Amino acid sequence: MANDIRGNMNDIKVHLDGLNIHFGKTHAVKDVSIDFLENSVTAIIGPSGCGKSTLLRSLNRMHDLVPSAQVTGKIMLDSDDIYGKGIDPVSIRRRVGMVFQKPNPFPAMSIYDNVVAGYKLNSRMVKSEADEIVESCLKRVALWDEVKDRLKTNAMNLSGGQQQRLCIARTIAVKPEVILMDEPASALDPISTLKIEELIEELKERYTIIIVTHNMQQAARVSDYTAFLYMGELIECGGTKKIFTTPEQKQTEDYITGRFG
Amino acid sequence: MSTSITELAVQSATTTEHEAPAKRWNGDRVFRYVTTFFALSILAILGLMLVEMTSESLPAIRKFGVKFLTSSDWDAVQEVFGALPYLYGSVVSSVLALLLATPLSIGAAIFITEICPKRVGKLIAPLVELLAAIPSVIYGLWGVLVMAPWLQSTVQPFLIERFGFLPFFQGAPYGVSMLAAVFILMIMVVPIITSITREVLLAVPSSQKEAAIALGATRWETIKIAILPYGKSGILGAAILGLGRAVGETMAVTMVIGNSPQISLSLLSPAYTMPSVIANEFAEATAKLHGAALMEVGLILLVVTLVINALARLLIWSVSRSANGGAA
Amino acid sequence: MMRSVAVRKAKNHLMTALMLAATAAVLIPLGLIFFHIVKMGLSSLNPDFFTNIPKPTGETGGGMANGMMGSFVMIAMASLIGLPVGILGAIYLAEFGGGRTSTAIRFAADVLSGTPSIITGMVAYTLLVVPLKGFSALAGSVALAMIMIPIVLRTTEEQLKMVPGSLREASLALGVPLWRTSLKVTLRSALSGVMTGVLLAVARVAGETAPLLFTALGNQFWGKSLTQPMAALPLQIFNFAISPYEDWHRLAWAGALVLVTVMFALSITARYFGSSREKA
Repeated sequence: MANDIRGNMNDIKVHLDGLNIHFGKTHAVKDVSIDFLENSVTAIIGPSGCGKSTLLRSLNRMHDLVPSAQVTGKIMLDSDDIYGKGIDPVSIRRRVGMVFQKPNPFPAMSIYDNVVAGYKLNSRMVKSEADEIVESCLKRVALWDEVKDRLKTNAMNLSGGQQQRLCIARTIAVKPEVILMDEPASALDPISTLKIEELIEELKERYTIIIVTHNMQQAARVSDYTAFLYMGELIECGGTKKIFTTPEQKQTEDYITGRFG
Repeated sequence: MSTSITELAVQSATTTEHEAPAKRWNGDRVFRYVTTFFALSILAILGLMLVEMTSESLPAIRKFGVKFLTSSDWDAVQEVFGALPYLYGSVVSSVLALLLATPLSIGAAIFITEICPKRVGKLIAPLVELLAAIPSVIYGLWGVLVMAPWLQSTVQPFLIERFGFLPFFQGAPYGVSMLAAVFILMIMVVPIITSITREVLLAVPSSQKEAAIALGATRWETIKIAILPYGKSGILGAAILGLGRAVGETMAVTMVIGNSPQISLSLLSPAYTMPSVIANEFAEATAKLHGAALMEVGLILLVVTLVINALARLLIWSVSRSANGGAA
Repeated sequence: MMRSVAVRKAKNHLMTALMLAATAAVLIPLGLIFFHIVKMGLSSLNPDFFTNIPKPTGETGGGMANGMMGSFVMIAMASLIGLPVGILGAIYLAEFGGGRTSTAIRFAADVLSGTPSIITGMVAYTLLVVPLKGFSALAGSVALAMIMIPIVLRTTEEQLKMVPGSLREASLALGVPLWRTSLKVTLRSALSGVMTGVLLAVARVAGETAPLLFTALGNQFWGKSLTQPMAALPLQIFNFAISPYEDWHRLAWAGALVLVTVMFALSITARYFGSSREKA
């Protein structure tokens, strides 16, 4: 197993050590160890069903909702074991945000309310504070100019690409440290996809981004590091350029050149 | 087990060999006429109902006009009929019952779908549906022989003592009263609202819940920001359906409300509802005008129930529409 | 201003407790009612109950046998009238439906099923009691049938629609006439689901009282004729419950126990039919 992510200890934001995930008898993620570096974009690629989404969801403890899921191993966020005793998943999820494949803004809320929805949970809001947050978050996802005149209209009136950017704005409003993205552009048209990819490039300045994608070209475009997962095992990971030009494992090469998956 | 299609085909083939083709064609024709007839008879039943109710009420409508709705004089001997006490009783008992039942039902539905373990929820849900199937007369039996005496001996004296300064709790403690009717209606209406609310909550897409959870919401916060707003109109529809049921309830209410045409602010006093006065007086109403007056009460009840049910259906229907076509 | 996580968690716990309390409040009356029915009803059940008609208060040995028989007779008659209308009407909707007539019919069925049952009784009164110049079991049966029909119609139509179209087409393609296909193929394969709907409709009308108040009226004695008033179990429960006599109250509880048991048995049988269909 080639693990070639360089960085000294200070740069590691999320550290996985021997992560195993079982759903009942199914062993979905097998003994994965990997580091995700701060302010970088890491793409997790692999064929369908290889466990990449499962892996991603363990990072913000979404599997807590699934009774048959068993997560063992260490997942460290900075110096905290996120599955440690006494750790409240709610506090983890504030630090580790998630953007889903299908945009899911709250349909009963306006654009404005959507952006602050998560933020409101954590703080009693003053209106001026809220206005500021809405503006800055929407600006950062490049949505502000398109919607600034209709902030109070229903979020469902936006196009798919706009909705997804809104969801990203909602995620960054709670000031997370890590942003998980589960195939964020797969439900969108090519132009929206491009906008999202540009956004990811900007977001990495402030956040650590881990993105699952089945689109290899996308992985090559946006990420600094890439990890290749196959049947629940980490086959290879390292700098994106290296993985895509001179992979070390044959399986990696086969996948990248399209021989399977 | 059942005749296989092949056997049927063989049968049909052999019979047609001996019969003229016209006869076989007639079989289908007769079938179509017969089924159409029976299907249309349902329209006929509804039509008959509306026609009969209206025509039988006409003598009273003509004689009393709007006064029927505003006057409280109901005297069979003098042949003067004003239905206000019954309207008052129906409206107050149903609305109060609904106000009490709705929060309980929503709370229980939330508990069953979101909070308790799936297996427990699957056990409780049929129990609640069982409650909805209990006949009205049995609720009434329990109400008049168990609940009303308990109200009279325990609850009502307490209310008089503590809250008697309010006009709502004044008077002597009869067991049978508006209060008893409100309680029994509440108990009867809760299962319906709970069952429908439960279905509405189950229909909320999990992507909504995940969005809230990923933002770091606690379970209650997830319910508050993602689930309840999504199911808002469906829950409202459920409540209105419950209201419709409460307004039409006859036996249980008749047995516990006291059947006295008083209009009083006090919940402790007996009252009368539209279905109850019909239930009590109709069989013996020999005078034509009396019968017509009761028919008119029935007509009002019918119209009110139809409007409420239509409104409820509209709301619940709009929920299923948005669930299918709303979220991108 | 930060809201502390502790406060949010506390609120979460509080709301959970409230929801639990609400659920308990919903289930407690169920428990109480069943408790009382069983407790008070069991003590009054004896062979007399099932064989005798009510006796004047004070005398022992009264029963509700005439009510049980009357209910049985009227439900049977209501089914005789209501089931063909409901099932054949549903077949019409499933086979020939689709136009505005069908929408109107379904709408009418929904309206009818939402009508308070006392109104149904009033209509049956004007249709049958007035012309025949007297209360009768027939009028009661018709009132009950009018309640059954919309229920049977809707559930049967649903079941028929669930039969795969390919089955029907296979039959028609082999030359089996439509009427035979519809009855022997489509209806047959939907049969257990239809039976479930029928049993649930029967269970529903078994407990109905209001529509019988001025159609069948009730009878202290055995009903001898369909054109005369007839007793029914729910009617007797009602009359005994509101009477001032203790021994009649006890009979009412016993009657309630019998009624609830019968309805429960019908529902369980209905569910058995429903689930055996899934297994097949």
